[in-house]
Amino acid sequence: MKQIIIILSMFIAGQLTAQTRYEAGMQKGLEQFGAAKTAEDMAAASAFFERIADAEKDKWLPYYYAAYANHLTGWMNPKADKDKVAEKSKDLLSKAEALERNADTYCMRQMIAIQQMNVDPMARWQTYGTEASNALAEAKKIDANNPRIYLLDGQTLMYTPEAFGGGKAVAKKLFEKSIQLFETYKPQSAMHPNWGKDQAAKLLAACQ
Amino acid sequence: MKKWMISLIVTLLISGVQAQIKVTGSVKDQKGRILAGANIVVKGSYDGTVSDSTGSFSFKTYEKGKQFIVASSIGNKTVEQEVNIDSLPIHIDFILKEEISELKAVTVTAGSFEAGDKKRAATVLSSLDVYTTGGANADISAVVKTLPGAQQVGEQEGLFVRGGAGYEAKQFIDGTLVNNPFFASVPDIASRGRFAPALFKGTVFSTGGYSALYGQALSSALIMESIDIPDRSEVSASISSVFLGAGLQKVAKNKKSSWGGNYGYTNLLPYFSIVKQKPDYFRMPEFHTADLNFRMKTKNGGMLKYYGTFGASDLGLRRANIDDPNLKNAFGLNNINVYNNLSWRENLGNGWKMNLGLGYSTDYNDIDQQIQNQQNQKITTGQPWIDNNNFTIKTRSDLSQIKAVFDKRLSGISVLRTGGEYMYFYNSSTFNNQKATLPDHFKALFTEADLYITNDLAAKVGVRFEHSSLINKANIAPRLSLAYKTGKGAQMSIAYGEFYQKPENNYLYTTTNFGYSKATHFIANYIKNTALQTFRVEAFYKKYDGLVKTHPVLNNAGAGDAKGVELFWRDKKTIKGLDYWISYSYLDTKRDFLNYSKQLQPTFAANHTASFVMKRFISKINTGFNFTYSYATGRPYYNLVQNGSQFTIADQGKTIDYHNLGFSFNYLTSMGKAYAVFVGSVTNVLNSKQIFGYNYSNNGQRKEAITPPAPQFFFLGVFLSWGVDRRQDAINNNL
Repeated sequence: MKQIIIILSMFIAGQLTAQTRYEAGMQKGLEQFGAAKTAEDMAAASAFFERIADAEKDKWLPYYYAAYANHLTGWMNPKADKDKVAEKSKDLLSKAEALERNADTYCMRQMIAIQQMNVDPMARWQTYGTEASNALAEAKKIDANNPRIYLLDGQTLMYTPEAFGGGKAVAKKLFEKSIQLFETYKPQSAMHPNWGKDQAAKLLAACQ
Repeated sequence: MKKWMISLIVTLLISGVQAQIKVTGSVKDQKGRILAGANIVVKGSYDGTVSDSTGSFSFKTYEKGKQFIVASSIGNKTVEQEVNIDSLPIHIDFILKEEISELKAVTVTAGSFEAGDKKRAATVLSSLDVYTTGGANADISAVVKTLPGAQQVGEQEGLFVRGGAGYEAKQFIDGTLVNNPFFASVPDIASRGRFAPALFKGTVFSTGGYSALYGQALSSALIMESIDIPDRSEVSASISSVFLGAGLQKVAKNKKSSWGGNYGYTNLLPYFSIVKQKPDYFRMPEFHTADLNFRMKTKNGGMLKYYGTFGASDLGLRRANIDDPNLKNAFGLNNINVYNNLSWRENLGNGWKMNLGLGYSTDYNDIDQQIQNQQNQKITTGQPWIDNNNFTIKTRSDLSQIKAVFDKRLSGISVLRTGGEYMYFYNSSTFNNQKATLPDHFKALFTEADLYITNDLAAKVGVRFEHSSLINKANIAPRLSLAYKTGKGAQMSIAYGEFYQKPENNYLYTTTNFGYSKATHFIANYIKNTALQTFRVEAFYKKYDGLVKTHPVLNNAGAGDAKGVELFWRDKKTIKGLDYWISYSYLDTKRDFLNYSKQLQPTFAANHTASFVMKRFISKINTGFNFTYSYATGRPYYNLVQNGSQFTIADQGKTIDYHNLGFSFNYLTSMGKAYAVFVGSVTNVLNSKQIFGYNYSNNGQRKEAITPPAPQFFFLGVFLSWGVDRRQDAINNNL
C-alpha cells in the first residue's frame, strides 16, 4: 500500500510538472542560454525560447530572451551580418513589447540599435545613436532604478569620444550607479532579467 | 514489493505516457536553396529545433496524435504541415516560399546614387560625407563632382553630367524644383550652392534614367530630402576666415515639432587682403544669408515642413579687357534671393500616402558691366565689340509651384505613384532699360509604378506629360527601368527614358518659337554591395535632339550624343578607420549646338575624369584628415568666328590636364560647455596649374587662359554648438 501511494504521488507529481511546463521550459532555456559557447548554441537557445513564446502566446519573457539570445549571436559570430541579426532581434522583441513594455524591453531596443550602429559608426551614429539614447530615456521613464539602464548607457559612453560627451570618466560614474542599484535590485521572479552585475563590475574595473 | 519493481513501474508509467517520436527533414526555398537557421516546431509545444547548415533538422517530440509541424524562416512565408504522430518516425521536407520584402528586394538603381539611410546598403554620400570631403568646403555640388558621371568644371557653377551642360542638371528639395540653387553667377568663376548639407538626410545624385516624378532636366537630377525633427535643441555659432554665423534650433519637449533659424555674414575683405586674387575686387564680395525652418509631426504619422532662405550678396571685380590691354572690364553684381518650401507628407489610410509640395522663390540680379580706363572711369571706345561690354541688366526670376504625389500601395510592396505639378515661372529682364518678360504656366502629370515581381526582379515603369504655355508645346516622356538581383548584394539594372527640357531663358527672350530639347538615355549597370563596400560599374548611351542652335537663326536643329563607362569603388572595410572611394568616368561626346559649326566635343567635356577621396578619423586625437584628388584630361576649346551666316573654327586646342589635391582636417573638442569643431581646408595643395579654357579677343590675335581667381583657397574656422538638453547635463541630473 505504502508503495502504491509512493507510485501514485510520483505520478501526480509528474502531472504537476506538466502543468508548470512553462517554468520548467524557461529553466531549461536559461540553462541552455547560460551554457551557450558558440553562436550556434546561442541561436539554438534563441529558437528554443521562441518556441516557448509561440506556444504560450501570452508571456513576454520568452520573446525577450529569444531576442536577447539572437542579439548575442551577432556579437559571438564576428562575421555575422549585424543588420540581418538585428532585424530578427527586433522582430522578436516587438512581439515581447506587444505583451509588455518595460525598462528591460527598452534596454534591449538600445542594445539592438547599438549593434546596428557599430556596422558603420561614423555614418550611422546620427540615426542609430539617437534610437539608442531614446530607448534608454524611455526605459528611465518606466523604471529609473533598473541597473541595466546605467550599465548600457555607460557602455555606450565609454566608447564615445570625449568631445561628444563620452569617455571613461563619464562612463565610470554610470557603472558605479549601476552597481549601486544592483545591490538592492530584486528581479520579479527567478525568470525575470537579472543579468549585468558582473559586466558592470568588469567595465568599472576597465575604467579605473 | 521490491524497490526495483517500483522503479520499473514508474519507468513504464512515464515512458508509456511519453514515448518520444523522432521528427526529421529538411528546409529549402522554392528555388531549392538551403535554408539554414529555420525554426521547426510542433505547434503549441516547446518541441522543435533549428535547421543546420545543410538545411536538415532532427528532433524528438512527446506530442501525440494530430499535430501541426511549423517551419519558419525570416524572409520566407511560414508553412504548416499537418501530421499524425503515432509511433513511427516522421520525415518532412519543407519548401518555404520567399516573401517579397523591402529589405531583401532589389532596388532600381540604374543612373542614380542614393545617399542617406533610405537603403542602407546603397549608402554612398551622407551629410557627414559632404562635411568631411577634403577641399570641398562643405559644398554639396563639390562633393557630387567626386562621383562618377560629373565633370570637373571650375569656371562656372552647375553639374556637368555625362556630356550635358550645367543647365541640364536640376536640383530638387523635398520633391520640388529649386530655381536658383547656386549663388549668383559671376563670369569665369564657379559659385557655391546655397544650401547647407546639414539640412538634408539624404541626397540622390541621378546621372540619368530618373523617375517620371522629375522633368525639365536633360542630364541629371540632384534630389535632396530634408531632415525631419532634429534630435535636440541647439544653439550654434561659427567664426572663420571668411564668415560669421549663429543659429538656433528648438525642439519641442514632446519631440513632435521644432523650429529654428540661422544667420550668416560673409565678407572676403580680410581673406583677400592676405591671399592675393587675380581680379581686382572693387566691391568686396559680401553675403548675408538667413534661413528659417519649422517642422511638425501630424496626427497620422505625417510630417509638415517649412524651410525658407533669404540671401543678399554684392560684389564687383575688374579684369583687363582682352581686346585692349589698356582697358578694363568692370563687373558689378547685386543679388537678392528668397526661397520658400513647404512640404506635407501624410498617410491617408487604406494604403494611400500623399506628398504635397508648395514653393515660392524669387531672385533679383542687378548687373552693371562697364569698360573702364586706367583711372577706372567708364568710357566708350567707338569699337562696338568693346562697347558691347557697357551695359546694365536687371533680371528677376520667380517660381511659384505646387506638386502633389499620391502613393498607393499595391500588392506586396509594389507602389503606384501618381500626381501632377503646376509651376508658374515669371522671368523679366531689363537690358539697358529695355524690359522683356517671360511668363510660363508649366504643367506636368505623371504616373509611375514600382513593381516587385519577385525579390529578385523589380521594374519601375512611368510616364510623364508636360506642357509649357510659353512655347505652347507638350511632350510625353516614357521611363522604364528594370533591376535583377544576381546574387547576394549584387544586382544588375537597365534603364531607358526620354527627357525634355525647354530652352534657356536667354534664347526665349528673343523668340518663343521653340520646341523642347530632348535627351534619350540608355543605361546598364552592375552593383555589388556589402554594408561597408560598394562596387559599381555603369555604361550609358545618351542621344540628344532638338538642341538650341543660335545660327543661322535661333532654332532647335542641334543634336548630339554621349557614351561612356563609369566605375565606382568605396571601401570602409579593408583598413580599419579608413574610408575611401575611387571614381572614374570615361566620356565620349559630341554635339552640334549654339554656334558650333559641326558636331564637336563640347568645351565642358573631358574624356577621362577620376577622383580619389580618402578620409581617416583618428580617435586618439579626435581629428579627422581628409584628402581628395581629382584628375581630368584636358577639355577642348574653340575660337568660333562668324563667316557670313556660318561660324567656323579659327583656332582650337585642348587645355592642359586638370589636377586638384584638396585637404581638410576637422578636430573635435569641447570649449567650456560647447562642442567645438575646428576645420581647416586647402584646395589645390600641390599648387597645380589649372586652366579651364580660353577667351579670345575679337580679332582672334590674343587668347587668354581662364583660371581660378587664385590658385588655392584656404579656410580656417571653428563651429560651436551648445546642446540645450545636453547629454552631460542629463547624466549629472540623474546621478
